[in-house]
Amino acid sequence: MSVTTNTIALDIRRLSRVIPRNRNIELALLAFAFGINAYELAQIQLSTIQIYNADILTYWLPITLGALAIHLVLRWRASEADALMLPAVVLLNGLGIAEIYRLDLARLANHSTDLFAGKQIVWSCVAMAAAIAVIVFVPTHLFLRRYVYISMFIGLALLISPMLPVIGKTINGAHLWLAIGSLTFQPGELAKIALTVFFAGYLVTRRDSLAVVGRRFLGVQLPRARELGPILAIWAISLLVLVGERDLGTSLLYFGLFLVMIYVATGRPIYVVVGLGLFLTSAVVAARLMTYVSGRVDAWLNPFDSAHYDAIGGSYQLVQGIFGLAHGSVLGSGLGGGVPQLVPLAESDFIIASLGEELGLVGMFAILAIYLLIIARGARIAFQHSDDFSKLLAIGLSFVIALQSFIVIGGVTRVVPLTGLTTPFLAAGGSSLLANWIIVGLLLRISNTSGTHVEVEE
Amino acid sequence: MNRELKRVVYVIVAMFVALFISSSTIQVITADSLASDPRNVRAVYDSYKTQRGAILVAGNPIAESVHSDDNFHYARTYSSEIYSAVTGFFSFFQGATGMESSMNSYLTGKSSSQFFEQVNALLSGNPLTGASVELTIDPKVQQVAWDALGKLQGAVVAIDPSTGKILAMVSKPGYDANALATHDGTSSAAAYAKLLADKNSPLVNKAISGTLYAPGSVFKIVVASAAFESGQYTPDSTLPNPPKYKLPGTNTWITNSGEGKCGGQPTVSIATALMLSCNIPFAQLGVLLGQDAIRAQAQKYGFGRSVDIPLHSTPSTYPTGMDDSQTALSSFGQFDDRVTPLQIAMISATVANAGVEMKPNLVSNVQSANLASLWSPQPEQYANPISAQTASWLKQMMINAVAHGVSSNGAIPGVTVAGKTGTAQNGTSAPYTLWFTGFAPAEKPRVAVAVVIENGGGIGQAGRGNSLAAPVARKVMEAVLGK
Repeated sequence: MSVTTNTIALDIRRLSRVIPRNRNIELALLAFAFGINAYELAQIQLSTIQIYNADILTYWLPITLGALAIHLVLRWRASEADALMLPAVVLLNGLGIAEIYRLDLARLANHSTDLFAGKQIVWSCVAMAAAIAVIVFVPTHLFLRRYVYISMFIGLALLISPMLPVIGKTINGAHLWLAIGSLTFQPGELAKIALTVFFAGYLVTRRDSLAVVGRRFLGVQLPRARELGPILAIWAISLLVLVGERDLGTSLLYFGLFLVMIYVATGRPIYVVVGLGLFLTSAVVAARLMTYVSGRVDAWLNPFDSAHYDAIGGSYQLVQGIFGLAHGSVLGSGLGGGVPQLVPLAESDFIIASLGEELGLVGMFAILAIYLLIIARGARIAFQHSDDFSKLLAIGLSFVIALQSFIVIGGVTRVVPLTGLTTPFLAAGGSSLLANWIIVGLLLRISNTSGTHVEVEE
Repeated sequence: MNRELKRVVYVIVAMFVALFISSSTIQVITADSLASDPRNVRAVYDSYKTQRGAILVAGNPIAESVHSDDNFHYARTYSSEIYSAVTGFFSFFQGATGMESSMNSYLTGKSSSQFFEQVNALLSGNPLTGASVELTIDPKVQQVAWDALGKLQGAVVAIDPSTGKILAMVSKPGYDANALATHDGTSSAAAYAKLLADKNSPLVNKAISGTLYAPGSVFKIVVASAAFESGQYTPDSTLPNPPKYKLPGTNTWITNSGEGKCGGQPTVSIATALMLSCNIPFAQLGVLLGQDAIRAQAQKYGFGRSVDIPLHSTPSTYPTGMDDSQTALSSFGQFDDRVTPLQIAMISATVANAGVEMKPNLVSNVQSANLASLWSPQPEQYANPISAQTASWLKQMMINAVAHGVSSNGAIPGVTVAGKTGTAQNGTSAPYTLWFTGFAPAEKPRVAVAVVIENGGGIGQAGRGNSLAAPVARKVMEAVLGK
């Protein structure tokens, strides 16, 4: 089946159908999300400053208009795109802005002028514009396949750039930032998209040779030695990230992404086994040799130990975050009712602890459920596509959101050691918002063809 | 490829299940222990966001939160030092004690029975208002008990025997809780340090906790209970009555207190021995009964158990693993017997209430901000340590102790008072611990009381339970009876 038949079928459908059903569902769900977002802001104002003012509009209207713009663009360019993803993401983005605004109010009460909600609004608009650009300018799901190797170079360049002198910047001990003037940027966030595109394109072309059965050893079919090249290369890069950027989470994110994609492409679990073995070995060695890794691991295992709690860069932040979550209990203190500002970086790395404190376990489950919904819709796109490149791209992009959420939230709730990744869509930070909205744009774009395709096959 | 995709989805689901479990663990399972971590200041911050409920006595606040213009929104104020043992204090800097701590979840509005108010506050964004706690304390009796102790150090507990309601609870010296509740951190810390350093332990509620006291002769009620409950003794059972007694297995001789004749006959009945508070017959009785029987009886009364009234009391203790000489000493309240005034008052109340021990309780009603009653504890049987027959015998012996014996200063004209004094030694040269416990009117008891006076009442080894503690108890009982 060729691309042209697909496109023609799509055009016929678009003409023959006056009302795009998906888009109407999306609009209804968006209205719901807008309502929730407004309610959050109103509740925050009532419980902190006890009056309503125009700030509600400032923090509500931009992403509402942005989401409506995306909705209209989808009607125009991708009317069969997934209907649930956009409202779910808008819900998270709005919740993040509300909590960041709430933390700003706490800062204002302390006479601090270091505020984040305004920047978050601006970045949300930029990110949504980027998502629109993706939907408009990426004409089909196969378009990106032309840029596989360019993606590789872009991805690697972005990944390595923070290690460069002059523009590289160290924040909280991790070399994850680029600084140009007063603007800081985490290029690793965008690198994950470029690398996913590259992995998808590379693995689609090499999957047959990668899947060839090698020698059997102890009942296990080993891959051929030369096919281990790519996995070793990616392992080396993730090690470089670990050592050069001093961040276990970023390193784990790329490596985990690659393992999942090579497994999906080849169907050979041995790659996962070998890869995890390599990664764990290097992590254990790093924990021995590099104090910042061992410090993180110790703080993770015994955070309440006063030795770790009082140490500089120790478990103070983790423990305060856990206190916040515990204080939230089942129902939470209500938005604006807790004291999440006690936790360092409450608006970025620890926003999930802030939300867990104020929304309780109920809110925590709801947030996790929204993430699962977004990821499930992404996985569904992968299932429905018959084209392997799109399948790999969709599962890769979905998995990157899943793994990143897991590493961050798991770090805050002590499932894994704490690392410096951002919580997708929620945390304050432009690069993260931009990257994740681009992922949403890509998934929406891919989903537009997947739905159609199923019907064409019938 | 879809088979692999499915497996990846399983992995993703597993990762999220891990997050569901980890957040549930933190937010529900370990939430309480995390909240009590001293490094977690949230509970304290929290308590200042809500208008904390008042603690009331007869409708008047003895602790309440009033609006203040600083960052704390509310200031906690206390009406009088006489209630300091009951209310404890609530301080941003020093934490909380007493009812402020025990009833904290109600006072802050965070108890489970205030769930719907919490939901309401959550949805509306309005701050939660705490519930008020009405106490069983009778302000008149409390004031009399406070005044009667005067400059003496010690404690008074008065209980209604038939309901377990605590009518008065005083511990001296008291302290000014306002000095600790102040929002000025420096002055709060200074006041706290001063109270902590005070050798008279004003911060300790001596009625229910602290280092506890040797009971002295008031413990004879427990030994007599054990004797009667064994079925082998009645008040008329006699014991040898030598003028001095060598502790078994030692060369130590003990005597009765005072002139020490205990009636002057070769034998003496248990009734007379209790009336005259003779040590030698009780030492022999204790050895005959054995430490296990005495300990079992003490435990039936509540020794070894803490009771939440809802202030958390320290368990009274009766020693274990004693030899006969130690058992003999323990039988008149010496050696390592240690009791709270609350436990002694409970014993008297049990005798007064025909052998049924009611659970002591300080809370009469908890009322939410919208006037709904959240908790009003009903009288509750705590234990049944002695039979009605035993109670009746003990009552008559205690009536005689006041009317004809060595507990005479507990007497109230026109009222039958049952009572028992105690004068406990604390080593060879240290001042005595002085006791009185009893109840009135004996026919239909309305109050059971325990009074302890520390440090010999300030007059070294010259003080006696009958001379210093009994008059205090008498005034407290008179106050209850409206005399």
